[in-house]
Amino acid sequence: MTLAFSDESDEEIARIMKRYPTRLAALIPTLWVAQHEFGTVTREVMELVATRLDLPTAKVITTATFYTMFNKKPVGRFHVQVCKNISCYLRRSDDVTAALKDAIGVGPGETTADGLFTLSEVECLAACGRAPAVQVNKTYHEWATPEGMRQLVADLRASVNAAPMPPPEAHDG
Amino acid sequence: MAEVKTYNYLLRQDDGKDYRELGEYRAAGGYKAVLKAVRLGPDAVIAEMKKASVRGRGGAGFPAGIKWGFVPKETDKPKYLVVNADEGEPGTFKDNYFLSHDPHRLIEGCIICSMALGIETCYIYIRGEFFEQIDTVTRAIEQCYEAGILGESVMRTDQKLDVYVHPGAGAYICGEETALLESLEGKPGQPRLKPPFPAVVGAFGCPTVINNVETLATVPLIVEHGADWFVGLGVERDGGSRICGVSGHVNNPGLFEVGVGANMRDIIYELAGGVSEGREIKAVIPGGSSCPVLTKDEIDVPLTVEGLKEVDSMLGTCGIIVIAEGTCVVKCLQRISHFYAHESCGQCTPCREGTGWVARIIDNIEAGRAKMSDLDLLLDVADSIGGNTICALGDAAELPVLSFVSKFREDFAEHIRQGCCPFDDQPLPRH
Ligand SMILES: Cc1cc2nc3c(=O)[nH]c(=O)nc-3n(C[C@H](O)[C@H](O)[C@H](O)COP(=O)(O)O)c2cc1C
Ligand code: FES
Repeated sequence: MTLAFSDESDEEIARIMKRYPTRLAALIPTLWVAQHEFGTVTREVMELVATRLDLPTAKVITTATFYTMFNKKPVGRFHVQVCKNISCYLRRSDDVTAALKDAIGVGPGETTADGLFTLSEVECLAACGRAPAVQVNKTYHEWATPEGMRQLVADLRASVNAAPMPPPEAHDG
Repeated sequence: MAEVKTYNYLLRQDDGKDYRELGEYRAAGGYKAVLKAVRLGPDAVIAEMKKASVRGRGGAGFPAGIKWGFVPKETDKPKYLVVNADEGEPGTFKDNYFLSHDPHRLIEGCIICSMALGIETCYIYIRGEFFEQIDTVTRAIEQCYEAGILGESVMRTDQKLDVYVHPGAGAYICGEETALLESLEGKPGQPRLKPPFPAVVGAFGCPTVINNVETLATVPLIVEHGADWFVGLGVERDGGSRICGVSGHVNNPGLFEVGVGANMRDIIYELAGGVSEGREIKAVIPGGSSCPVLTKDEIDVPLTVEGLKEVDSMLGTCGIIVIAEGTCVVKCLQRISHFYAHESCGQCTPCREGTGWVARIIDNIEAGRAKMSDLDLLLDVADSIGGNTICALGDAAELPVLSFVSKFREDFAEHIRQGCCPFDDQPLPRH
């Protein structure tokens, strides 16, 4: 089956294009629409975006690969991201990472075999005054503690057991 | 120790109101400054901005009124306002406040700026990680269109203004204003050579004002209360109140609105509750991670652009990071240096290669694998980055290294002598 945008995404992209004087400027917001719909920005997705915006595929690849938030490979349903930068480090973010590693069962940069969790260490999330900061999908968890994070992982696991799998990205951690 | 005066002109988090709602924002006097700006007219607004001497709050401290004055009046090209909401400098978390809790303050500032400079399109570039903030600002913009505050006729004037949110996608470098423009145009965030400056050749090749979120948030206050009032909150040539963020080893971290010129030491002890576990201060980074570190004897300074220059550091974003006695400063620098290595856009060789090299030498020092001569090598490599790059990320990577090593050289040397980290058995403070 060839990849295609849903009608909803297609309309969203049409709206986005109206905001800018060039088609290229619509690229990053359109890549977000694509990632939202397909979960990852693979080569195939980049080609679809290139076609939709009428841009050379090479331009789409150059931009899509520059930005770290476009997932080139699948991430878990819960992407748990711990800030490791200075203000969080000072407030013991390493303890938080260790607890998450233990609770999730994989280390930073890895995804669990069931595809449920990816653990990452990330740079400053601009929440330094409420450090340590952790972001799970779209939601910030500030003042993170090892105990609190163990509980969060348990809660997320339980939420999945209780409910059927929603489409990717639809879950907000 | 002196009591530090705090304000709630910019920072209104404690008054229990939900300023994300247009109704609440207006009930507190919101969008009245737009009408006053209409009465004053563009030239008077620009003059007030110049007189108010608000220094850019994004880090570089350039006077906003003067920047506005650089935008050509007569041009056949469209002009743009681009808001820098990419907040990513470690230790900085103030713009997040406006985006999360007071988005209309920013939009009102955008409207006044646009009217003053004849701008009809504004993009708010928000870092990609801020999903919820993007939603909050987008909703506030929608409310404004519905209420006739944005669109074809701004508040029944003949000013047209469209405001759009443009999401980033995870790249600190896009906070640098020309990288941000590249990113807005759909390209990788690689900074441009200046000149030309964005005021003349900016977004889509057109004249463009780029301001930080907090800078624009001061604009309605300046128009409403007047430049003289604003300057009075701060000092000459560095006006107003500003939001300083205190993070790290303090008992009460957070945001505090103080007059420009408030004493940094007093802010740490009075407002931020002093150092964790009652420890002494070992080091303070005054304005975000790129600013040269200060020792405890150097922090009795006024928070002004000039005041921090006097102690060979920078005010930056006013994000104060406090490091307590007993902390390994090599580990601190390691976090900072890895950050700049990771975020270098790769365009300039000294930065691309130098930042990685610096980080590896610091890794070796921290792990006890380094020789004494590596300390000079470290300074040498760092010193070759700044000044040799297109943008200031090179300086941001260099300055922490030079200052940490020169001020805490014994700590670095002790790692090398002992062949391990001498602080490993000293835990970080608990909170
Ligand atoms: C590497 C680098 C990162 C920057 N990041 C930001 C940022 O996240 N937010 C910001 O407002 N300014 C940032 N700046 C400063 C901008 O280049 C620019 O000076 C600022 O947006 C101008 O707005 P202002 O005059 O209102 O401060 C950064 C600069 C550099 C060199
Ligand atoms: S250093 Fe972790 S949020 Fe800023």
